[in-house]
Amino acid sequence: MNHWIIAPVVLPALLAPIIAYVMRHDIVLARWASTAGTVALAAIALGLAVLASDGATHVYYLGNWTAPFGIVLVLDQLSAIMVLLTSVLALIVLWHAMATGWDNRGRHFHALFQFQLMGVCGAFLTGDAFNLFVFFEVLLIASYGLMIHGGGKVRLKAGLQYVVMNLAGSTLFLFALGTLYAATGTLNLADLAEKVRLLPIEDAALLRVAAVLLLMVFAIKAALFPVQFWLPGTYANAPAPVAALFAIMTKVGAYAIIRFYTLVFGPDVVATQGLAGSWLVPGAIITLAVGAFGVLAARRLMPMLSFAVVGSMGTLMLAVAAFTPEAIATAIYYLVHSTFAAAALFLLADLVVSRRRDDALHHQPPVVQNGMFAALFFVTAIAMTGMPPLSGFLGKLLVLDAVQGMSWMTAAWSAILIGSLITIVGFARGGSVLFWKATSLVVAEDGSSDMVTPKAQEAAPATVLQFAPVALSLVLLGFLAALAGPLMGYFDSAAAQLFDVEHYVSAVLGGNGEVLK
Amino acid sequence: MEMIVASAIGVLTASGIYLILRLRAFPVILGMAMLSYAVNVFLFATGRLAVNAPPILKKYADLAYSDPLPQALVLTAIVISFGMTAVLVMIALGAYLEADNDKIDMTEDAPENASEQKGRGA
Repeated sequence: MNHWIIAPVVLPALLAPIIAYVMRHDIVLARWASTAGTVALAAIALGLAVLASDGATHVYYLGNWTAPFGIVLVLDQLSAIMVLLTSVLALIVLWHAMATGWDNRGRHFHALFQFQLMGVCGAFLTGDAFNLFVFFEVLLIASYGLMIHGGGKVRLKAGLQYVVMNLAGSTLFLFALGTLYAATGTLNLADLAEKVRLLPIEDAALLRVAAVLLLMVFAIKAALFPVQFWLPGTYANAPAPVAALFAIMTKVGAYAIIRFYTLVFGPDVVATQGLAGSWLVPGAIITLAVGAFGVLAARRLMPMLSFAVVGSMGTLMLAVAAFTPEAIATAIYYLVHSTFAAAALFLLADLVVSRRRDDALHHQPPVVQNGMFAALFFVTAIAMTGMPPLSGFLGKLLVLDAVQGMSWMTAAWSAILIGSLITIVGFARGGSVLFWKATSLVVAEDGSSDMVTPKAQEAAPATVLQFAPVALSLVLLGFLAALAGPLMGYFDSAAAQLFDVEHYVSAVLGGNGEVLK
Repeated sequence: MEMIVASAIGVLTASGIYLILRLRAFPVILGMAMLSYAVNVFLFATGRLAVNAPPILKKYADLAYSDPLPQALVLTAIVISFGMTAVLVMIALGAYLEADNDKIDMTEDAPENASEQKGRGA
């Protein structure tokens, strides 16, 4: 039994209370501790990814209780990828929060940040459905604090909506788990996978109810239509680094859908055959449309980016909905891409918006370093909308390829291609209003002083340290595109491992002898 | 007994959802509490309803026993929903003190507020 598997949960869990209680008055100390913790987390995650690359399913039995009775953490390639993604994203976001001073605008940013990482990593690693609920709650309760970090009237109101929405979602999650337990008598994922496949088809009604309830819960997290409406309000009003960190939160929902509907309610389960796909496909297509039109219609920059995130979740879910190993591998690639693209957009938007009067998309005098911001926005928008040469293009191409041959291929292709076009138009509009028309405005209105706000004059230019996180995420996107071949090899084997249910079940339920020694 | 438990869950859920749809902070908090009571009773029932049964398997006699796992789950769920309700109350209070009203929806004059807020935050 490899104890490193639990480290991504234990490390932030130990660090967060220390930061909260010991370093609460010393931001410098808290910054150092938080950075050290996140760097260590990234190193551990990298180690776990290497460990998992052998293709085996590594199981950690908490308290050495045997599998269906105790809680297990399971490290396979997908969870290793997700934990690594989380830790790298956390590093980028933490850097930005410290460089721009966001972490000092309210209290306990670093403690909440670490708790958030604990919840997210736990959700990716756990092999127990109820434990997944607990980690969801951990990540949510930390996200409530992060969401209202810095305070302000609108942010608190948006935060209240976010909390109520997610509390309702949590209640639904408990109902789903209760139904699942009533139908099968277990909540261990491996045991569930076995029991569900043995359940006679006549008794499957309750199971199908549980499957649909769970899908609804994860759809709330993944911001799928018809429960996507919480996302734009939340992301647009959250502090920008937090919105960038939340890029991983929608992916937790996507991960849970991938995990549950390959392992427990896989395509080979007669009782729930085709159930998830038939709901996900229309949901994903409408989500894509909502995202695309939202980008086009947004009157502020932050909601525009939020709708771009919604649209990317639609594309991701179209790949997931196919439920074939190739499509899931593609989905993982697109998931990694859209996480970094969304994070880069929000971080860049924060740099720009904090130098403008507000983030409204109408003419304002150019900010300092207008050219630099414009160039970065251009590259990031290329990544987000899926134009060559960055990974968004490859990702969308792979998704198009993955859904080829499905009965709903025409609808999916039209949605992705038209949605991309509308998103490109939306981003072109946003970028030209923000950066291009701003310069012509000042030339025309040079004499009138009221157009030039004092803020645009006073705002300090962004330092290299502040640009670095955005640049880093863009470099990562570049790597994702350049190294697409080898990475797809890893994602392919991760997807193949996901569909090898017997291997997972025997690793979790059958591995007791060697553990007890 | 099944009838009583089932209708109790139903009534609690219905009133919880009704209260959440009121869109004012206080009814919404009460509604969330109702919903969490409903789900707690529901979780109890998932281990099948049994009266006067020992809580765990008895080693020396082949008795029917009540399932202990849902009770452990309910305990966890109670603790979590208690903590979440406390957080919800705090955030609702903060929003109420900032905005001078306890409406949950953000429809009225959102854009003006947004720009004012952004100006202050930046």
